[in-house]
Amino acid sequence: MAKLTFKEELCKGCGLCVNACPKGLLALAQGRLNQKGHTPVELTRPEECVGCASCAIMCPDCVITVER
Amino acid sequence: MVVFEKPKALTDKVFHYCPGCTHGIIHRLVAEVIDELGIEGQTIGVAPVGCAVLAYDYFACDMIEAAHGRAPAIATGVKRSMPDKVVFTYQGDGDLASIGMCETVSTAARGENVTIIFVNNAIYGMTGGQMAPTSLIGQVTQTSPYGRDPKTQGYPIRVCELLATLDAPQYLERVTVNNVKNVRNAKKAIKKAFQNQIEGKGFSLVEVVSACPTNWGMTPQKALEWIDEKMLPQYPLGCYRDKDQEV
Repeated sequence: MAKLTFKEELCKGCGLCVNACPKGLLALAQGRLNQKGHTPVELTRPEECVGCASCAIMCPDCVITVER
Repeated sequence: MVVFEKPKALTDKVFHYCPGCTHGIIHRLVAEVIDELGIEGQTIGVAPVGCAVLAYDYFACDMIEAAHGRAPAIATGVKRSMPDKVVFTYQGDGDLASIGMCETVSTAARGENVTIIFVNNAIYGMTGGQMAPTSLIGQVTQTSPYGRDPKTQGYPIRVCELLATLDAPQYLERVTVNNVKNVRNAKKAIKKAFQNQIEGKGFSLVEVVSACPTNWGMTPQKALEWIDEKMLPQYPLGCYRDKDQEV
């Protein structure tokens, strides 16, 4: 099973990972901000993630670590 | 098992880049290549003036900050005095294609054994979105508010094609980072550019067509689509010189 870890304080909420996920599993958080004032990304259905790392490859800020 | 994490050749310093800026992706690719080749301890990078001016804080290898546009000249001096080191520059289009065009062309013409990572986003980012030599025809910038008009502002410069008229360069390739596949291809090109230097083959330059969502006035995702729609017709991807492939 794949596991994504987010360094949430590095996230700038650009959403490039959201569009990169082939299964559409990522979304920007609703109603909360990180310390920088950005809306951080969240994994909506962790059980469906296969750990393809497309999100991490498109992330400009090295927010995401992928384990499989 | 960890299949993706931040490369060791990047420091813990948080990137100052705007949300969605592809500089972060390109920094990471360079760092991944440094990690994979195991050359962090013997690599010396040269940072530009422009948005990437603080690159010296982000790469864990030794770094030098060059005067505006002079990174290839600095890299020449470092490489000639310490030929066993791996020397790369990381420059934007304002740095490499405008004020630094002389150093770029001269270094390429001499075939210096250095690696140049050229980030082309067709605008001056750090100073607030002025027209660059690489800005597209009709592109609205702070200094071309009605769109770039070739009658008064000339045509965009294609750096890879320009350098491909020279005899000396070993490797010239244009890549982009606007989707996962293109990021993977960009990494292959950057790795080849470093390997060429390690093997003593000579001047290698990788042009990365990049996005500037802030100064283009778009969302980060729209900016990546704009690369496909507008940038790539002007700046076609591909290899413009690879002496390895020549007979």
